[in-house]
Amino acid sequence: MLTVDNLSVFYGDAQALDDVSLAVEAGTIVAIVGANGAGKTSLIRTIGGMIKPATGRIRFRDQEIAGWPSHLVCNLGIGQVAEGRQVFPSLTVAENLDMGAMLPRARANRARNRQRVEAMFPKLSERLGQAAGTLSGGEQQMLAIGRCLMGEPELIMFDEPSLGLAPSIVHDVLKAIRDLNASGMTCVLVEQNVAVSLKIANRAYVLENGRVTLSGTGAELLADERVRQAYLGL
Amino acid sequence: MTAITLNIIVQGLLTGLVYGLMALGLSVIFGVMRVVNFAHGEFAVVAMYAAFILFERLHLDPLISLLPIAVAFFILGYGLQRTLINPFIGRAEHEQFILLVGLATVVINVLLIAFGPDARPVNLSYSFDSYDVGPLIIDKVRVFAALAALAVSAALFLFFRYTRTGTAIRACADNLTGAAVVGLNVKQLYAVTFGIGFVCIGAAGALMETIADASPSLGPSYTLMAFVIVIIGGLGSMAGALVGGVLIGVSEALAGFFIQPSMKSMFSFALLILVLILRPQGLMGRRL
Repeated sequence: MLTVDNLSVFYGDAQALDDVSLAVEAGTIVAIVGANGAGKTSLIRTIGGMIKPATGRIRFRDQEIAGWPSHLVCNLGIGQVAEGRQVFPSLTVAENLDMGAMLPRARANRARNRQRVEAMFPKLSERLGQAAGTLSGGEQQMLAIGRCLMGEPELIMFDEPSLGLAPSIVHDVLKAIRDLNASGMTCVLVEQNVAVSLKIANRAYVLENGRVTLSGTGAELLADERVRQAYLGL
Repeated sequence: MTAITLNIIVQGLLTGLVYGLMALGLSVIFGVMRVVNFAHGEFAVVAMYAAFILFERLHLDPLISLLPIAVAFFILGYGLQRTLINPFIGRAEHEQFILLVGLATVVINVLLIAFGPDARPVNLSYSFDSYDVGPLIIDKVRVFAALAALAVSAALFLFFRYTRTGTAIRACADNLTGAAVVGLNVKQLYAVTFGIGFVCIGAAGALMETIADASPSLGPSYTLMAFVIVIIGGLGSMAGALVGGVLIGVSEALAGFFIQPSMKSMFSFALLILVLILRPQGLMGRRL
């Protein structure tokens, strides 16, 4: 569904991604694992059209999308739940959800998608008139996911969805991702909680200093001695 | 308080609402794009000349020509953002400053070439009419201009509060990363925002032409005044721009009457310094 070939990204002279290739098949969860600064967020933002790559190709279905601006990438069906949630703090919950449905692909089904999102996250429907900045971290994460779903994505990239959340809420967020995947959503998951993300991933890639150094099924990486030492502390 | 003082205050308040509308444009543009439009007053003078020409040629009252001028200014602002301003978004402040000051200089000198330095008034049939309300004698033109300024401001407020495009513009101002993440077309929304800022300029300029005479030299002082108003009211606050406009309008009118007209900006700047010391985020601005 999504393939990335030989992608390189620079910030000025500093190289963030170096010849990264990966493939995401429809209906799977693909985990991207790596230390801080390894290039995980750069990878997601480049696929999402927020950073232009220096070289390399990004294909989504039959389209070559490397270098496309983010609003066109989103409109193809690549959604993003960004690091730090990135809700609109002074807008209400309802307005935040509405902003997810500004994409031409999602405008017609706005009402239906809104019902689905509210059914999925009942807490949000109790707070529709409240400013998003006054929500708790967990509620903001639900809002970020709900807002993304309003755009009718076919693939969602989650960047550190559990960062800064209480353990019980981390569980809810990961459950939401698994439920979405169970209903057919393709997911790319960047997660600091390496053990959990490898457990739920069909396939995983390890990024180090902007390069893919290891890849395999989630189970293979969980059993890999290097991964166990470097990321699981075992 | 004597009747004359009260009269001066009311007159300043009415003029101040038109100032406020002009400043509103500056505030909206800055609040969303973090760009200070240093050519703001110069374009307001362009709108004054537009109202002047439409009055001379077609006998259109500026209260009516305000509408086509506002539409034309939306297109002008939209186009300017798309071509000239957009490459400078996110660049260093001094680069934006030089671009816009350069633009302002060009505008003023084009006006000088086209119209010369003389003041160009519009003489409406009701220019010297007034309403008597108790001890007050209120100029008709100022009442109309103030009401029109309030109407345009209210329309903009409703646009930002209740339309999806308006909400999307607030979203860009709120969290630019979030806007890109959900796939808002930020460039397009920025151009619309600049267009809306220019609607304020166009409408305010047309209204100013009914209470002041168009002349190129007004440009820089209007820019400065709009800037002072926005800082006093609070950057990014729509209500703050109107409140700041009224405060400056009243202080100018009082200073102009009791001391002398040439010293009126001194009081505006004194007010600015007071606000910067006591409440740096502006009267209605959020604490940063």
